[in-house]
Amino acid sequence: MADYSVPPYAPPVDSGGAFAPQPGGVAPARRRGRHFSVLTRRDRMVLALMVGVPAFIHIFLIWIPTIGSIVLSFTSWNGIGGLENIKWIGTRNYETLVNIYPPFWPAVQHNFMWLGAFLFIATPLGMLLAVILDQNIRGTRIYQSVLYMPVVLSLAIVGFIWELIYSPGQGFINNALGIAGTPDQIDWLGTKGLNLAAVLVAAGWRHVGYIMVLYLAGLKSVDNTLREAAAIDGANARQTFFQVVFPVLAPINVVVLVVTVIESLRAFDIVYIINKGLNGLELLSVLITTNLLGEASLIGFGSAIAVILLLISIGPIIFYLYRTMREMPE
Amino acid sequence: MTVDVLAPRAATGIVGRTHRRPRYGTHAFLIAISLVWIFPLAWAVYTSIRPYGETARLGYVSVGGAYNLDNFFKAWSDAELPQHFLNTLIVVVPAMVLVLFFASMIAFAVSRYSFRFNIALLMLFTAGNLLPQQVVITPLYRMYLALPLPQPASDNGIWYDQFFGIIAIHIAFQLGFCTFVLSNYFKQVPRELNEAAVMDGASVWRTYWSVLLPLARPALAALATLEFTWIYNDFFWGILLLRTGDKFPVTSALNNLSGQFFTDNNLLAAGSLLVALPTLIVYFALQKHFVAGLTLGSTKG
Repeated sequence: MADYSVPPYAPPVDSGGAFAPQPGGVAPARRRGRHFSVLTRRDRMVLALMVGVPAFIHIFLIWIPTIGSIVLSFTSWNGIGGLENIKWIGTRNYETLVNIYPPFWPAVQHNFMWLGAFLFIATPLGMLLAVILDQNIRGTRIYQSVLYMPVVLSLAIVGFIWELIYSPGQGFINNALGIAGTPDQIDWLGTKGLNLAAVLVAAGWRHVGYIMVLYLAGLKSVDNTLREAAAIDGANARQTFFQVVFPVLAPINVVVLVVTVIESLRAFDIVYIINKGLNGLELLSVLITTNLLGEASLIGFGSAIAVILLLISIGPIIFYLYRTMREMPE
Repeated sequence: MTVDVLAPRAATGIVGRTHRRPRYGTHAFLIAISLVWIFPLAWAVYTSIRPYGETARLGYVSVGGAYNLDNFFKAWSDAELPQHFLNTLIVVVPAMVLVLFFASMIAFAVSRYSFRFNIALLMLFTAGNLLPQQVVITPLYRMYLALPLPQPASDNGIWYDQFFGIIAIHIAFQLGFCTFVLSNYFKQVPRELNEAAVMDGASVWRTYWSVLLPLARPALAALATLEFTWIYNDFFWGILLLRTGDKFPVTSALNNLSGQFFTDNNLLAAGSLLVALPTLIVYFALQKHFVAGLTLGSTKG
């Protein structure tokens, strides 16, 4: 939002007037230096705006709609007419979703398969590569650059690039196998059951590099004397990693876990660009979109799917916040 | 920020980590993986420089025939890429600058001054950044249809189908990550600096603008690189909050191109590479910042 759009509202209550001079930490023992002189009125105003404006933007465009999704999920509304046409229908959307709506369970299943593939294949591979590349390998920079390259591409582009490999008539695999254009050709992205695996290979191609970089940074910050101590104690490389290094990496493990889960739930671009998320590529994210943009525009129903997605993602988010805020300096 | 870049561990290591034994196995593994990793892009490059007719005659897995850049010119004009690149520029630049501006302000305030809802606010921001976009999209879409926006910023009077709306949601969404990173960064700056500024009679704004912000330059550079890539790569907000085809940023425009491109892999390859090029260039030119940005968010805090 640009400067000219600063909303004409007062900043949220939680930022107004509550500025206190920095008490210097919780315990008096941790105080550093002198107290600030009491802030002037003008400074307080400036601070209120510095916090209030960004907070307003964020709350207005992220948290209000999140609450909106929850509220709308208990209603029936096709978006036509004003808000007065919204009907409360209790939990009927959820009942329909779970009992009747055909793509719901496949979508849930696909989201979990996505998560499983990322969590048990792509993430460990990224971690393995980080551990190897952390050992002063000759040419480590080049390997890192190559492995990391896909991460800067959007998943939409990743979809396009892998289409070149998977497409039945013109793709690399079928042509290399000599079955392109024959009745035996395999439609990698068009065959139910096969296409999700194919898409996961493409998405994993990107995910591995991301995880690798996160772990590389973590490994660089591990105190090397720990490794030496372990070696003196007679630990082999495997023991050193799993019993000494890995536990020290706990904060990185939390980040990686959350990144992996959230990326799996957000997955959208690649399946949407391949076939609009149909025929074996259903995901919760796509169902929300199709219910919103579809001709019927089932707002309440789409919101119910959004709430399911929210419920699945809220666990990892809270876990992450808990771990992070606990380790916050001060 | 804690990455002690490539400290030569071998020098300090008395035991273990010896490097006399050449690690052929490790290198074989890494080379194999790297080849697999680079293959899709290499294949795209190779396909893109061959005319469709040649690959139809010789097959895709073949060598020979003509090689030229015709596919790139065709993709460039057929897909109206100049228009879409311009749209991307209109969205990315203000969104990136403003998100860093807003995030640095709030990070400065929460890390330098304590007020009642300090931690709660940071948690709210961080959580907001982690939400899947689809959780907010349905109400957001209705809000965009209902929210008024006057003339110069909007040609239809509402937020929907406007660059303004896209920029706004990018800012709101990315604020979380940037605030988180910057507030951790500011917390490591000695508080005495602040106090010195205050002693000299500097206002809060001056302390922020002239003292803290210049110190945050490395973090801002890293975040700018990252935010450029993320906003450039956005597909979702574009296809949901815009309707006019001519307004689509380049990544979202891919959605309308898939039908046209999927029948001609050579054109698809060229188009994909053209769209991927800016992020690849930024990556190769600013790799250090890019990686630093990601690790800033993960190693600390």
